[in-house]
Amino acid sequence: MTDLTRFTAAQLAAMLGAQEVSSQEVTRAHLDRIAEVDDDIHAFLFVDAERALDTALQIDNRRSAGETLHPLAGVPVAVKDVFCYTGTPTTCASKILQGWYPPYNATVVQRLLDAGMVILGKTNMDEFAMGSSTENSAFGPTRNPWDLTRIPGGSGGGSAASLAGFEAPLAIGSDTGGSIRQPAAVTGTVGTKPTYGGSSRYGLIAMASSLDTPGPCARNVLDAALLHAVISGYDPQDSTSINAAPADVVTAARSSDVRGMKIGIVKELSGEGYSEGVEARFNEAVELLASAGAEVIEVSCPHFPAALGAYYLIMPSEVSSNLARFDAMRYGLRVGDDQVNSAEQVMRLTRDAGLGAEVKRRIILGTYALSSGYYDAYYGSAQKVRTLIIQDFAQAFSQVDVLVSPTTPTTAFPLGERLDDPMAMYMADLCTIPSNLAGNCAASFPAGLAPDDGLPVGIQVMAPVMCDDRLYRVGSALERLLEASWGSPLLAQLDKEQR
Amino acid sequence: MALTNADVAKLADLARIQLTDEELASMASQLDVILDAVASVSEVAKADVAPTSHALDLTNVFREDVVKPSLPIQEVLAMAPAVEDDRFRVPRILGEES
Repeated sequence: MTDLTRFTAAQLAAMLGAQEVSSQEVTRAHLDRIAEVDDDIHAFLFVDAERALDTALQIDNRRSAGETLHPLAGVPVAVKDVFCYTGTPTTCASKILQGWYPPYNATVVQRLLDAGMVILGKTNMDEFAMGSSTENSAFGPTRNPWDLTRIPGGSGGGSAASLAGFEAPLAIGSDTGGSIRQPAAVTGTVGTKPTYGGSSRYGLIAMASSLDTPGPCARNVLDAALLHAVISGYDPQDSTSINAAPADVVTAARSSDVRGMKIGIVKELSGEGYSEGVEARFNEAVELLASAGAEVIEVSCPHFPAALGAYYLIMPSEVSSNLARFDAMRYGLRVGDDQVNSAEQVMRLTRDAGLGAEVKRRIILGTYALSSGYYDAYYGSAQKVRTLIIQDFAQAFSQVDVLVSPTTPTTAFPLGERLDDPMAMYMADLCTIPSNLAGNCAASFPAGLAPDDGLPVGIQVMAPVMCDDRLYRVGSALERLLEASWGSPLLAQLDKEQR
Repeated sequence: MALTNADVAKLADLARIQLTDEELASMASQLDVILDAVASVSEVAKADVAPTSHALDLTNVFREDVVKPSLPIQEVLAMAPAVEDDRFRVPRILGEES
């Protein structure tokens, strides 16, 4: 039989539904693949093999008993280690949560389980989702399957690499400033940040609550839409959840029709700092969309250049507040509790021992931005810039249906290159941050390999709040056109190299 | 503006993080670089712009006042660093030994 790890999730779902293959076979194939390649890639922090096979067995039994199941029942999925899942360690790739088992499931995880999906394990990430390379994991970096000396993006590098490495057909990520989209771009995969409030944050361990958004990661556009549909929708457990029916992303992903759509190129997201290879592939993708009947115009978002600065004040401010919960009192690591040290001393010692350099940097930066005397100049100004970014989007979306830009200014950089240069690392999120500040939806789709270094390039599509279907209309059209020119999906080229 | 090691030590103290001297020194210079890069927000943000704290226009989301079961106490305490009599056991919080 053809290797089951090479099928799309949609194909696996069809084969499972027709009982041509069992979930146990599909699950075992992926667990075997993980055992084969994950020593090199390190996409997973924890592989839940026994429970995955047990779930698969139950699904197979229910299906053969004639029960009507969710179309994705029995399809495996990997979950970023920032989501609570009972029975698995949930660490956020931090020593402060090493060995912690959550007492409840995140809503996103519960929806995967309710659909009968098989959770393979927990994927690696930058500690508490802070980073753009997965090098800030306390448990070692993930490597990019396209080139093991390069970063897989971050913070969700584990989820993206598990897809590119054919270890999982689907994965879940979370996106605060680009943590789903930037890893998707540099691994040649698809990643969507849904509309803020469109997918529940309940059980997603918070980094910056006004920005964090769970979303789907996949190898193709339809698979991403199928997973998007499973995890999105109103959740009363999340007070910022939008109580309205989500857009029909699956129908949009099947349409691949952009005739008559107006597409705006964001003028401010190009030029200096963008590699030639990225710009070449981006321009080619936009031309293809125009040839398929979309109307392409240039749009100005004059305040976008200030977005990075606003983000690196708002996000750390929220981080400094959210991460105060790691106080060594109720869960996680406790250091220095010798019956003499006070609670405050134990807190200080624990947080120094348990948190990594980037996490400390952001907590202290946020503490500074919120401190009296600096609040107006920093946090207050950043909040005003946020208003201006939202106004830029509103103005742009009054002219066009979607906006496009490169997802990230460069292709995957070598491991270690930006570790000691925080600002260089932060630049990787230049194009993705505006949509987090404004709360609109955005996705990254493969645009091909950069001609200069042969590494994947992503194109970002941004759409208005609750118009997530537009992302998939554009993505599916682009995928159809590009795959016709490549002769195969992009990842098939990586697969050929690996064999 | 330049942050001194003493400034960073004060901030770390407020954030309840004990930093080593080495950490203090590298953190001060890195924070300076970051603050330089983000300082432009105050030039862009004019006085007449209203601040946005949140992308969604939501206020006071309430649910029905219905009692729901809490998480099982044993499961919650199972992951605590120290437990005594169904409670979290914490280090001393007062200045003097009780």
